[in-house]
Formats: sequence, C-alpha cells, structure tokens
Amino acid sequence: MTDTYTQFVNSGFGRSLAKQLGLPAPVPLRRHTKGGPLCDGPVAVIGEGEHVSDIVQLLLDHGIDTSTDAETYGGVVFDMSDARSPRDLAHMRENGADIVKRLGRNARIVVVGTDPDLLDAPAEVATQRALDGFVRSLAKELRSGATANLVYAPVEHNRPAVRSAVEFFLSGRSAFVDGQHVRLDENTPGVNLSADEPLAGKVAVVTGAARGIGAAIVEVLARDGATVVGVDVPAAQDALAKVVNRARGTSLALDVTAPDAGERILQHCHKRHGGFDIVVHNAGITRDKLFVNMSAEKWDQVMAVNLESILQLNEVFLGDEGLGTDGRVICLSSQSGFAGNRGQTNYSATKAGVIGLVDTTADIAADRGITVNAVAPGLIETEMTGRMPFATREVARRLSSLQQGGDPVDVAEAIAWLAQPASGAITGQTLRVCGQNFIGA
Amino acid sequence: MTNMPRKVAIVGGNRTPFARSNTAYRRASNQDLLTAALDGLIARFGLAGKRLGQVTAGAVMKHSRDFNLTRESVLATALDPATPGIDIQMACGTGLEAATTVANKIALGQIDAGVAGGSDTTSDAPIAVNEGLRRVLLDLGAAKTAAQRAKALAGLRPGHISPVLPATDEPRTGLSMGEHMARTALAFDVTRAEQDAIAAASHQKLAAAYERGFFDDLITPYLGLTQDNNLRPDSNAEKLAGLRTVFGDPETATMTAGNSTPLTDGASTVLLASTEWAEEHNLDPLAWFVDAETAAVDFVHGDEGLLMAPTHAVPRLLARHDLGLDDFDRVEIHEAFAATVACTLKAWESDTYCRDTLGLDGALGSIDPEKINVNGSSLAAGHPFAATGGRILAATAKELNELKQREGGTRRALISICAAGGQGVAAIVEA
Repeated sequence: MTDTYTQFVNSGFGRSLAKQLGLPAPVPLRRHTKGGPLCDGPVAVIGEGEHVSDIVQLLLDHGIDTSTDAETYGGVVFDMSDARSPRDLAHMRENGADIVKRLGRNARIVVVGTDPDLLDAPAEVATQRALDGFVRSLAKELRSGATANLVYAPVEHNRPAVRSAVEFFLSGRSAFVDGQHVRLDENTPGVNLSADEPLAGKVAVVTGAARGIGAAIVEVLARDGATVVGVDVPAAQDALAKVVNRARGTSLALDVTAPDAGERILQHCHKRHGGFDIVVHNAGITRDKLFVNMSAEKWDQVMAVNLESILQLNEVFLGDEGLGTDGRVICLSSQSGFAGNRGQTNYSATKAGVIGLVDTTADIAADRGITVNAVAPGLIETEMTGRMPFATREVARRLSSLQQGGDPVDVAEAIAWLAQPASGAITGQTLRVCGQNFIGA
Repeated sequence: MTNMPRKVAIVGGNRTPFARSNTAYRRASNQDLLTAALDGLIARFGLAGKRLGQVTAGAVMKHSRDFNLTRESVLATALDPATPGIDIQMACGTGLEAATTVANKIALGQIDAGVAGGSDTTSDAPIAVNEGLRRVLLDLGAAKTAAQRAKALAGLRPGHISPVLPATDEPRTGLSMGEHMARTALAFDVTRAEQDAIAAASHQKLAAAYERGFFDDLITPYLGLTQDNNLRPDSNAEKLAGLRTVFGDPETATMTAGNSTPLTDGASTVLLASTEWAEEHNLDPLAWFVDAETAAVDFVHGDEGLLMAPTHAVPRLLARHDLGLDDFDRVEIHEAFAATVACTLKAWESDTYCRDTLGLDGALGSIDPEKINVNGSSLAAGHPFAATGGRILAATAKELNELKQREGGTRRALISICAAGGQGVAAIVEA
C-alpha cells in the first residue's frame, strides 16, 4: 500500500504546507540494512547504573561516537537500573533533556530499568514502574521517526541480554517499535554466532508464509541466516513458491488446522533440513462481522486458524521430537488483541488469546531453554489492510506516534530479533510493533 | 564411472493446474507456464540457487521465438543460471521422452539430477503468415536492388492476408487426430457406451484424488486456478450420452467432445536424480524410472491406427524386462480419447492383433480396470500436449509410493502415451 500522504509531506511543497497547517509530518523510517550503522549519529549514554560501561562498549563496537557535545544525536541511552527512589528519576531530566532536544531524524531513546516485579519496597517498585509512563510519554513527544523504548533488566545482572535488547532498540530493526518495554529474565542467553547472520545454522518454520507479513518474515529470517520452511495452504503455493525461492528455502503445502500438521512440519524439517529451531505461528485469517450477525462458520474458522492451530501445533513442537534447547516459538497477536475492534469479536478474541497462550506456554517450555513470545502488529501496510476503507485507514495511520503505518518488514525484524540466540532472556511476552498506536496503548 | 547404469529416482513433480483453451491462461505464454511449473518444483524441493545437470522440456505448439524455451524458463527461475536448458519435441510424447532423456543421462553418470518437463498452450498459439506472403517477404529480404524489391512486392496478393493457424491435422493424411481415432475405434468395434464410461470414470477418479489431497504436493496453483478447470466431478455416463458426435462418419460415429480431450493449456515438471544426489539433498525418492521404449507405426500407408504406437512399444519394453501385464499394479494409458484407451486394451487382448500386427505368440493379456488411470487422466485433467508426460509420471510415482507404503513389496507401474505422427512412448516405473 502506498502511503500517498507520507510521500506528499516529504516533498518540498508538502513539507512546508504541512508545517504551516500543523498537519502530521511522518518521515520515512530508518530501517535495517546489512552493513549499515547502528544509529545515525552519536549516542549519549546517561546514568550511573551498572550497564553504562557495557552500553558504551556496545556503541564503540559499532563505531558509534559516545561524546556528549555533539550538534545532533542519533540517540540516547539512559541507564536507570539503579534508580530506587522517585528523586533519582530527575537525573534523566537534568542530564538528558538538552540531548533529547538535539536528537536527529529517526533517533532512538532507550531507557534501561530494573524489572519492578523483582523489587519489594514500594518506593523502589514505584520508581521503576514510573519509567514506563515516562517512556510512553516521551515517545509521544518525539518527532521525525524517533522512538523511545524501555528495557527492564533483572536485578541479577544479565549483561549479554541487556546488550542485545539495547542494540535492537537502537537499531533500524526496531523502526516501528515505539513506547514499548521488554522484560529480561536472569537466564544467560545464547550467543549469536555471527553479527551479520545471527540465525545462521537455524531451521525456521513460518506458517501463513505466502504473502504479507508472513512473506516478510521468511525474507528477514533468511537474510539473518536461517534456513526457512514456508508453510501455507495448497491454494497459496504459487505465491509461496516465489517467497521461498527468493529465500532459498523450501515450501510445505498444508493447512495448519489439519490434525497431522504438526507431525508433517516436524518430519519435513528433520528430514530435509536436519533440525527444527524456530517456529513463527503467523497463519491467521479475518472473518469480520458484528457479533450479533456472526455465523458459526465465521466464528469457528477464525478460532481454528488463529488460536486452536497454535495450541495443537505447540503440543507437537514442545514434545520430545520437537524444538530443542534454545528453541523459539513466536506467535502473531494483534493490536486488536489489546484494544478490540468493532466487527472483530472473533479475531480479537483469538489475538488476545495468543497473549495468554504465550504467557503460560513460556512457563511450560522454560526448563528446556525454549522461549515463547508474541509480536502484536498495529496498522501494517499489507494487502489485508489495503482493503480497509480509505478514511479508516488514513485515520489509523496518523493515530500513532510515528504517524504512519508500518511495513511488514518491521514486524519481521522484531520476530527475527526474538528468534536470535541472544534473545534467550525474553519469554512469555508480547511485543507491540505499532509505532505507538494510540489505540489500546 | 563405475557400476553403470545407475538407478534413477523420481523425486517428485510439480505442474500448473490445466486450463481449457482460452480460459484462465489465455494470456500466458509457454515460457510463463513452464516457469510457473518450475518455480513450484524449486520451492517444494529447495532447489533455489542449485545447479542441476540439465532441464529438458518442450512444447508442441511453439513460437519460433521460443527456440530456447527451456533455457529461457530456467533463467526466469531461482535455479542457478549455470543450469542448462534443452528443448525437445515429440508431440504428445514430449514430456515422457524428456524424462527418458534426463533419466538416461543420470543412469550413465553424465548428470546427477535434472528436471524433465513440458508446456503447451493452444490459447497463446503461434500464428504464422500465409505461405505466399512468407515467400514474398523472404524474396524482399534477399533483394539487393530497387528493381528486385519492386518485383518481390509485385508478388503480393490479397489472399496473402489470411494467416496460417495451427492445427492438429496430420500433415501426411490431412485428417484430424479425431478422424484418425474414429477409424481405429470403428475397426476395434469400440462402442459409444464404452467410451462414455471411460470418460465419466476419469472425471470421477480425478475429483476423488483432489478430494483426498493427492495433488497437494503435485500441483501449484497458477493465475487464480487451483485445479484443472476441465474437471466435471459430477460427470456421468448419462450426461455424456447426451452429447452429439463430432468425429467420424455420422452413421457410425461414437466420439464426442465428452469422450475426447479438449485443447488445454498448462505445464508440468518432474525432478529426477541419482540415488546419491537424492540422499545428499535429504530427499526420499517416490519411485524409480526403470526403462522406456518409443515406437512408431506406419499409419500413412499401412493399416495401423495413428494412435496405436504404444501397443507396439509396450510388448517390446515388457520383453526386455521379462514382464507381463499381470506384473503391474498400476497402468496409465494417456486418454487422448476414451477410444484410445479402449482400442489399446482390446488390441492387447486380441490373439489375432497381437500375432499379426505385433508379431507375438498370442494375446499380450488383459488388465484389471481397477488398475488403470486410478487418479483420472487426460479426459478429465485436460491435455496440454507436452505437459501430459510429466503429469502422468509424477502422479504415477506418488501413487506407487503410497501403494508401497500401504501394502509393502515392490510396486510397478506401466505408462503408455500415444503421440501425433503415429508415435508412442511407454515407460516402467517402480517403487
């Protein structure tokens, strides 16, 4: 879908007109390119927490300047993990406000805190919980594609996990993730064998892979080094063939609701690719109708594909022959799962169900080193959202901090990151990829 | 180069759904169709970026610009561009003959893996200029002086404007294939009812195969078509009996549009490989391509029917392997017409025919109808000439593989395909 408005306000005349009229001014987002810089410009590191030296080292490793006297900044990282009283929070304003003022286009703010659930004293919990409100508000104040996100670290230091999360939020991979937080647990994550191809040697399965977000997931996982098996229904095999051929993967024609789907996926992965490490439950359908007019068929189909199939497949994938250590299960939830959507009682029910599903499945899979997470896209420019009425889509686009719809690749990047060995300290969570959409936030 | 010849594995296949002429694929060229069939095969077997020994395919109705049809199609796919593409042509035998060529190269150790295929479209058919106009244009091209050019142009006649449309008529007899078939059907006393029963069964069996998902890993949809659009699942003998006859003397005619294959567009591919290559690529062969035999008959001067060459190929092939018709679990006889199947079976059952025409001691034998074309054939699926061989070979390999998994033992199939020009190809497949 072409976002004509965004194109217009990024033209010379459009830009000045939008400025005079005070119209939204979305900018083209900075997205990951192989070999590209982590951030556009210097990144200031503020705070006195335990992570400062690691974060500075991360930036140095990427060749990013960390001086604090630059004209414009590519980003700023606040390490507030040691803040234990509300008074400590003032540190961000005192030392960061001036730098935030000088952030360039597509800049990044990352705040590192301590997971309040792991603290006991009311003042400590309140202080760390406060960071969430702070980040959400700051994200709404930022302009020109800049984002702000929060990393909640465990009390026991988990240095590689913090490094991986900060890196993701600084990078172009998180272009459409804004105003969100992730919690890291104490498990030492695995090591990405290669920076360019963090998923090298992994075998990944993507359901619903023929088009839209699924196709982008295949592409990004393959770019990151994974061998990808694209799964879709027989009727979608022509589109799927093009997707997997570009990714040099294999296609598998099956309906995820078939009783033997899990077994067949396992068999294909083990026989053809000698392993099975990552599954992305992306297959999903919409059958919109007001609840009072909803047919049994529409209700049942959506339940079967969007929720029941995942439960059924996970039974197999988390069984003895399934995913091994460092396995990854990643589901697709949706903004509708948080906020609901008129006409989508069935769809929203399944997408909210997914949030619960990953939360609980994560516990079951934890002792085997398998993480289970979900990604919840907001408005993403696909064939599916292209069928939305013009005005509805236009409003939905601007009703987010980034004032535009996301690209399928944005969802894929978040998934590819969660799939990395280095993301092993993240589980049971649902990460929104919505440009901080105001709905359901 | 030891242990020759090597076994040849049929790894799998892929085809487009077949479309009746001037329907779903009206605007698709042979290259589009063959590329689509290859794309699905490449995706299913993870061949992107891989160099294959060769891709051999062909088309019967072919534009002159498609002289490198297969190579151009390969270049349009994700295969390693260093994969050679070879065009062959043997009318309706093209697909199976392509497979034979690839299989032989694998058996000889010249290549390790290859794709055999075929494509045809009667929608995007080549239309040639009138022969008279062609002559004028050639003379014009050869002219060196203004006077010579003027002389060449003076040869133009109003009648030259009418183009030459492709036809399925036999050049040496001027008769259409249907007319030829009608003569053979009459000679073998094939009734209308026999033919309609074969046609109805073809539709019913193809529909049942779709229904049980048999084609899920044999077909990739194309241009919005997910299954063969000639298929009439509700076809039955009563409905077919109502159709008017189209070939032969109206007095004795038995052949209708319902028991003859329609003009069809589509493409098919089959992946063949050595055992080692299949193992290296973690692929389980469906079946083995054992051997093949081509034959031709003198339908111009002799008494033999145009489409009877496979009846000659099969006994020669069986003799080479010391096999009888009883030794096969499945038999695929390409349904150019329902009458083709009926005549072929009657010929093999006839002492006289087998003795006098085939030079055998007596009848070759009969075949249990339950073993013939078990998943439907060309009458239901349609028949894009060069694509039929690949369709039959891949489906037969899968059918045998399923049979073997169900019932164990070595399972064997015989394939018989007739072709224009009085030719035919037969092959043995084993699982």
